[in-house]
Amino acid sequence: MLIARIRKERPGARRSSFVLDVSIDVFPGITILFGASGAGKSTLLDCLAGLLRPDDGRIAVGGDVLFDSERGIYVPAPKRRIAYVFQSLALFPHLSAEENIAYGLQKLPGELARERVEAILQAFRVEKLRKQKPGEISGGEKQRIALARSLVTEPRVLLLDEPLTGLDAELKAAIVDDLRAWNAAKGIPILYVTHSREEVDALGDRVITLDNGGVESSGAPMEVLSAPRRKKLAQAAGFENFLSATVLDLRETDGVMRVRLGESACQIEVPLGYATAGSRVQLAIRAGDILLATEKPRGLSARNVLDGRVVSLEQRGTMAIAHVDCGITFVVHMTPGAVRSLDLAVGGKVWLVLKTHSCHLVD
Amino acid sequence: MEALWLSIKLASCVAGILLIIGMPLAYWLAYARWRGKFLVESLVALPLVLPPTVLGFYALVAMGPRGPLGKLWIAFFGHGLAFTFGGLIFASVLYSFPFAVQPLIVSFEAVDRRLLDASAVLGAGGLRTFWRVILPLSLPGIVTAAVLSFAHTLGEFGVVLMVGGNLAGVTRTVSIDIYDHVQSLEYAEANRMALLLLVFSFVVLSVVYAVNRRVWTPWEAK
Repeated sequence: MLIARIRKERPGARRSSFVLDVSIDVFPGITILFGASGAGKSTLLDCLAGLLRPDDGRIAVGGDVLFDSERGIYVPAPKRRIAYVFQSLALFPHLSAEENIAYGLQKLPGELARERVEAILQAFRVEKLRKQKPGEISGGEKQRIALARSLVTEPRVLLLDEPLTGLDAELKAAIVDDLRAWNAAKGIPILYVTHSREEVDALGDRVITLDNGGVESSGAPMEVLSAPRRKKLAQAAGFENFLSATVLDLRETDGVMRVRLGESACQIEVPLGYATAGSRVQLAIRAGDILLATEKPRGLSARNVLDGRVVSLEQRGTMAIAHVDCGITFVVHMTPGAVRSLDLAVGGKVWLVLKTHSCHLVD
Repeated sequence: MEALWLSIKLASCVAGILLIIGMPLAYWLAYARWRGKFLVESLVALPLVLPPTVLGFYALVAMGPRGPLGKLWIAFFGHGLAFTFGGLIFASVLYSFPFAVQPLIVSFEAVDRRLLDASAVLGAGGLRTFWRVILPLSLPGIVTAAVLSFAHTLGEFGVVLMVGGNLAGVTRTVSIDIYDHVQSLEYAEANRMALLLLVFSFVVLSVVYAVNRRVWTPWEAK
């Protein structure tokens, strides 16, 4: 287990300086480090790996103290046994795949090193590329080799800085499966940085969210990201609709309140929050959580039905995106099949259906 | 012919010595985070702007029997340093310093920092990182440094004249030899030597540029 308390100030452009001030516990298994760019993810990883010296704090792995500002302990990067896969991968361009992987094994006797390299080449299915240089290898395979190079050293902690960006979902899943299989036996803490919502859902046992240099929340992915408390985090977590609303009345016994959306006449029911009648609140709603109907629906459990008109409709990949004007404009995602079977068109009249608990209150 | 051979010997020695002392210095200048670094950088670049006579003059004073270097040399070897091949090497090393150090700094700085980080987290200390990552990736710069200091030494005149004088077989390099011939109005002799130097320099430079280009391509190609 990795326990870290870190404070690090970095001078930024034009007098503004960035302060990272976090306290995290990383358990064995994959922990996602989630946050918008500039939130301090890479600075945190650099501090953990020993590439940046924190101004203040303490870092310990297992019982081993790697950094302690009070006791003046600072273990340099080469002695930490913390593996780090960079976003750029940083494979050595002049060495073959095999030589790259063997790079961290210089202290092992030759025979043992060769065995380990062989085993990891197979575990990550890159045996065929052993003699090739990184310049001759495709993206996904380079990522496998970078992972193999880090893991072959049997690290105590693995840091991954968006290692799978730019890969398609299928390839990503395959690499992640290999990583999970490898860690099933080793059980080390893996800190995985991403700003992709899909990766969070697919990967994380736990999530730590960073915002503006501090830990904002941590816990299971569903808890942390389904009910985002901050607008910035909600944006990063894929909430497309942000609406400001005025509270009309509270119905404490039902656990709900009625709000009026923006300056429109639309009224909807949302979960009860810390608010009083007349106060302003912010709502976040996922575009995929909104249902569309071409006839006024009846007999629904959902409490909110709004009528409006389709103002735009476009297809992006396997997803259709509609903008619907109900006095206030909503973004709605659906499948292209749904568009066809509803015979949706720009200008058409539609009804929006919103579950109360799909409306999240954010700060 | 003796003069040409002497020049080549001098240039090779100087290039070799400059690589050995230039690499640690360039490494330090490329990576150290010391505020006063600019002072050392200026010092290294000084021979670029000073006339060779100034450099030669101070080198001569330092190497003379009453200079600090000269005294030390006499104490160890029993003879003076000025007007010897050793003295010539010393002065030439000073004079060609920036030609070796600058390309080394540029090529060290061009190595992606994340590669150095990767090497560190994989357990390699500074020296191993230098040998396994920085050095191979700076090969073109190292070749350039060696060739520039070689060629620059081959073509030098003023410094050699100041500290070496004109002793056949000891300090009479090609450039001095050509000057001698011109002074004695032996234009045919001078021309022969000058042409030889010209062709030789061109061939060496061509070989280096060709090699550099080939060394670069496989790593640049993404």
